[in-house]
Amino acid sequence: MLPRGLKRKCSEDEAPAGPLQRQSLLDMSLAKLQLCHMLAEPNLCRSVLIANTVRQIQEEMTQDGSWSLPGPQTAGRSPRDRLVSTEVLCCSAWAGPAPAPDPADLASALQAVPATQVPGAMPGGPWDRAVPGESQGGFPRSLDQVFGTLESQGPGTVEELLSDVGGSYCDLDAVLMGVVGGAKSGPEGLETFASVAAPPRGTGCKADLGELDHVVEILVET
Amino acid sequence: CGRPGHALLSLSPHPTADIISTVEFNHTGELLATGDKGGRVVIFQREPESKTAPHSQGEYDVYSTFQSHEPEFDYLKSLEIEEKINKIKWLPQQNAAHSLLSTNDKTIKLWKITERDKRPEGYNLKDEEGKLKDLSTVTSLQVPVLKPMDLMVEVSPRRVFANGHTYHINSISVNSDCETYMSADDLRINLWHLAITDRSFNIVDIKPANMEDLTEVITASEFHPHHCNLFVYSSSKGSLRLCDMRAAALCDKHSKLFEEPEDPSNRSFFSEIISSVSDVKFSHSGRYMLTRDYLTVKVWDLNMEARPIETYQVHDYLRSKLCSLYENDCIFDKFECAWNGSDSVIMTGAYNNFFRMFDRNTKRDVTLEASRESSKPRAVLKPRRVCVGGKRRRDDISVDSLDFTKKILHTAWHPAENIIAIAATNNLYIFQDKVNSDMH
Repeated sequence: MLPRGLKRKCSEDEAPAGPLQRQSLLDMSLAKLQLCHMLAEPNLCRSVLIANTVRQIQEEMTQDGSWSLPGPQTAGRSPRDRLVSTEVLCCSAWAGPAPAPDPADLASALQAVPATQVPGAMPGGPWDRAVPGESQGGFPRSLDQVFGTLESQGPGTVEELLSDVGGSYCDLDAVLMGVVGGAKSGPEGLETFASVAAPPRGTGCKADLGELDHVVEILVET
Repeated sequence: CGRPGHALLSLSPHPTADIISTVEFNHTGELLATGDKGGRVVIFQREPESKTAPHSQGEYDVYSTFQSHEPEFDYLKSLEIEEKINKIKWLPQQNAAHSLLSTNDKTIKLWKITERDKRPEGYNLKDEEGKLKDLSTVTSLQVPVLKPMDLMVEVSPRRVFANGHTYHINSISVNSDCETYMSADDLRINLWHLAITDRSFNIVDIKPANMEDLTEVITASEFHPHHCNLFVYSSSKGSLRLCDMRAAALCDKHSKLFEEPEDPSNRSFFSEIISSVSDVKFSHSGRYMLTRDYLTVKVWDLNMEARPIETYQVHDYLRSKLCSLYENDCIFDKFECAWNGSDSVIMTGAYNNFFRMFDRNTKRDVTLEASRESSKPRAVLKPRRVCVGGKRRRDDISVDSLDFTKKILHTAWHPAENIIAIAATNNLYIFQDKVNSDMH
């Protein structure tokens, strides 16, 4: 797991703050964004930085479980489904430390995969790189069938991906589980995963963001 | 200590009517331009050293003042456009006149500055005041002659580059080809020809198709000092992108991406904000880039993208105060940075009217203060120190007593000599190295 960021209470220097301080930071940020919205022409850089901070806080709160996810949404776009399916993909690629999922779980995950990961949903790029074209682990044929529907760049890409990752499965897991995706130092393969993981979180959490989303929408339209 | 390594002499501070928003020396250092929040530009000229008045060695006096931008109203969006001058850049001098570009949030203007020190006298048809003469009084013809007059500096707007930007312009940079320049706003960079105002070429566009996906903006940009095809732009996520205009018309794909991996031990919710680059400057040699983010200045080698080659802490004692600085918005302050002429010393501003200088060779640094109280004319500046607990010396300032409203955002270094210009709110300070003719 990536180490959790240190949170500071405004009037104190020391000690990581708890959920209360995190909540107050979130409230402060939302208030700033609303104030931006009231200004005729907000400073775009400042607004973007505050909005990113809000997203970070909410992602961490989601991960902590202090932010409840909604029920499954239409078209299998719920973040939970997505996370499960990508986790399965990871398990297949790095057969080493990860235990193979139940065939039953896999079956349901595989059901979810085509619905959420056809090229139409995420055109081109990241998925091409991220998807292993070779089979690993216990269910090569099923996965090949799934990945057959996606563009494959062949074994060359996979080798690259696998050699890059090595022992950093934990980092990948953390990224996918919604921890602040700051994996800048990761190899390219991880970065593409991070970029893929980010949009689903965004869209999946749309209902969660609610007020923030509304504010940001208005904000960026001005 | 007896004699500080850097002894800076303070020349008389110049108060201006409004908050200074930009400072820029021209290419010889003879002229210094400042722009302010009221849309005015004030140009200072260095007096030549005179044997008869040895004390006025190279002082800067007001040369010209003009109103560059006026407040405007965008009727379509019902928004007022601020007249504040964001940046001034001088054009290399090509004839007797000087030219500079000044910009507010939306419009860039090219100004020509000329001197007039002679005037024609002895017209046949007009008298001294320009009134037509009674022709019956004219008995002979004379050739008008040029007679010396008091120096008059005339400034005229030669070009207005309008309607090129939807978002707020943060940088302009003149190309080494002296024919083109670029202007950057939060999401786009445009290339202009100095003689053409009705069109510009978009060379960078990072606006996402869906604005809700916007997570990164352009914060600064600059042309390479020697290679007219290369430019760099910085982002709010702390990255630098070097682009080559020969590679593609739209430089969305960078040639090089300079990014430092995040330090996981220092992560916080403010990590991204403090990594946002507020200024980027090429070294005079063109070999390095200097960046400023909230807590540090970094030197990057163009040949190494993975990390900066040098990092200097400007005010690391603020790291534990980030939440408060976020609350009062100081964390969004954009500080500029500057190289000295030989690229051996770098400078940047801080709070409490402090500014910092870092010697890249000796690795020594100094904190100085620009304020009326501590800088009488011709006084030698005393190094300052911020104490962070532990033993405290007599003149130390404690972190908690720093004045965060006194911020030095804009600084400039003479292109060749050790003369620096510091903008502290309404006051312009010009400091000159008196004791050591070279700091390096």
